[in-house]
Amino acid sequence: MAALAHVVVIGGGATGAGVAHDLALRGLRVTLLERGELTSGTTGRHHGLLHSGGRYAVGDREAGIECIRENQILRRIAPGSFEENGGLFVALTDEDMDHLNPFLDACEACGIPATVHKAETARQLEPGLNPEVKVAVEVPDATVDPMRLVLRFFATARRNGADLRTFTEVTGLACTARTVSGVLARDLVTERDYEIAADLVVNAAGPWSGQIGQMAGVTVPMQLSPGVLLAVRGRFCARVLNRLHSSADGDIIVPQRGLSVVGTTSWVVDEPDVPPVPAGHVARMYAEGSKLVPAIAAAERRAAWSAVRPLVGGGAASTGRELSRTFQCFDHKQTEGVEGLVTIVGGKATTLRAMAETAADVVCAKLGIDAACQTAQTVLAPHGAYYTERGERYDHD
Amino acid sequence: MTTTEQAPGQTRRIRISRRRPGAGRARVDEFDVAAGPDTTLLDALREIRSHQDRSLTLRYSCCHASCGTCGMRANGREVLACVTPLASLGSGPIAVEPLANARVEHDLVVDMRDLYESLEPTGRPLIRQDEELGGQEEPGPTFARYEDCLECGLCVSACPIAGSDSAYLGPAALAAAWRSVQEPRGADPSDVLAWVDDEQGCWRCHASFECTEVCPSGVDPAGAVMALRRELTRRKIDQITRRGRQRR
Repeated sequence: MAALAHVVVIGGGATGAGVAHDLALRGLRVTLLERGELTSGTTGRHHGLLHSGGRYAVGDREAGIECIRENQILRRIAPGSFEENGGLFVALTDEDMDHLNPFLDACEACGIPATVHKAETARQLEPGLNPEVKVAVEVPDATVDPMRLVLRFFATARRNGADLRTFTEVTGLACTARTVSGVLARDLVTERDYEIAADLVVNAAGPWSGQIGQMAGVTVPMQLSPGVLLAVRGRFCARVLNRLHSSADGDIIVPQRGLSVVGTTSWVVDEPDVPPVPAGHVARMYAEGSKLVPAIAAAERRAAWSAVRPLVGGGAASTGRELSRTFQCFDHKQTEGVEGLVTIVGGKATTLRAMAETAADVVCAKLGIDAACQTAQTVLAPHGAYYTERGERYDHD
Repeated sequence: MTTTEQAPGQTRRIRISRRRPGAGRARVDEFDVAAGPDTTLLDALREIRSHQDRSLTLRYSCCHASCGTCGMRANGREVLACVTPLASLGSGPIAVEPLANARVEHDLVVDMRDLYESLEPTGRPLIRQDEELGGQEEPGPTFARYEDCLECGLCVSACPIAGSDSAYLGPAALAAAWRSVQEPRGADPSDVLAWVDDEQGCWRCHASFECTEVCPSGVDPAGAVMALRRELTRRKIDQITRRGRQRR
């Protein structure tokens, strides 16, 4: 019976959350495995920016269109989860001004609402802004709490029957005759190894997707591109501030709670665990961030960390900035003749719902299930429900 | 570790309280990690988990004191591991334990259910009005912004009353309750006030201010408790005065 099809989702980040929620809503049986706490990989460490799409509008139109569409959907399905602050793209130099018209044209082409503010208005709106500001374009960016938004997807998925297993590491895939038929898992708490049979496995492991693919002998064309972020104490702007130029280092400041988060850098690494935080990158965040908001220069460092973007694409990327921020779903039957395994990779936290819809469409088509996506119309449970509705897992006494 | 460009630092010994279901008391495991000047406790624990013992369990997410998941005790003090440099924890071995006044699930992971359940009756504000930025001559539009409370549980762990009496509402819930009263946004705060006006509510606090000391986000739960008491007292006096006037 198709309605009882069992899908195992690997990875408890934004991608896995979206996929588990979407498949559970379509009536499938879902088990999700995460080797740590939920959102302990790239998801929790992102900038906290709900993209309007403005950042990608000029150079990566597909990602720009995805962002504005999902931005509007997320505000509907996760009310109360965003600082409704908006964002400014700020021109500071003549060179920045050359980007103004292409930027406005690209926003229009992507459907991103954009309002131009003269320098004087921009300084009134954001008194902390560099007084050299020449013009600022307002777009519907917002601040988002990366963990709490994603917990809402998990809480809702569980209400719809999904089994979420944290601290459970995937040690292998059960493969016979080029077909993946299940997952070998280790409960890190009880140190028990077991196998879970699956009608289909979804690889949503973010920067670890390549390692999961290798377990089935398939290659996931992706690059691991870390970025360093700096949080300083103090809220130096009300809106998200972006530099109006081609994407570069340290050109976004996101206010979040009592902090301002400056990011980011971009380079390419081979290994996703514990990405480094080079001291020079932190200095660059201070230098570039204080061009947008001079007070950043003297602000107290609260934390510096790095997050690994799992970007779609192969070849010899040098900084990662040349790769698209869009996402891709791979049916490994199509790519390398391996049945039973689908990988969804790339994208942004902002596009997590769309990524999940794409992956769930592929899953349902492969399993012969005729069920439409309902996630764009389904309001999510509050984030606290993730904790208050958890069942007992371990018996201590 | 945190930086690749720094001079090789010292080695620090970390003693971690480990607990497994069915194993009774916690045991202590020791690990040595290389530490630079900026290495945080969370960096060290992630390093242990990645390269020394994959079975070490802990919670973390944002790495910059915004999500509130990596609360624990280091040398007996409540901290968020992600913003606690090893260098701030003395020069000897560092004792790492889970938060107190919460049920330990395994190792450094505690059950957050009690905390979240205690926040529910407050309406658990997540979004609040932004304060106006300084230097602005004419006030601009007011935005919604996140509450400062990270729901991390450090205040509950540090609270001496919560340690001796689990019926006490506790500093996190009382701080959230005060936010609902302080900024009701059209709602009637009477229910929340009635809920905290109890011997296990805001009157139970002994004003040790441990909660405010350990709060990583400047929430000041002890100040919130005092504010709730003032508000309740004010309302009671108002009520008595009004009754007195009606009688006359």
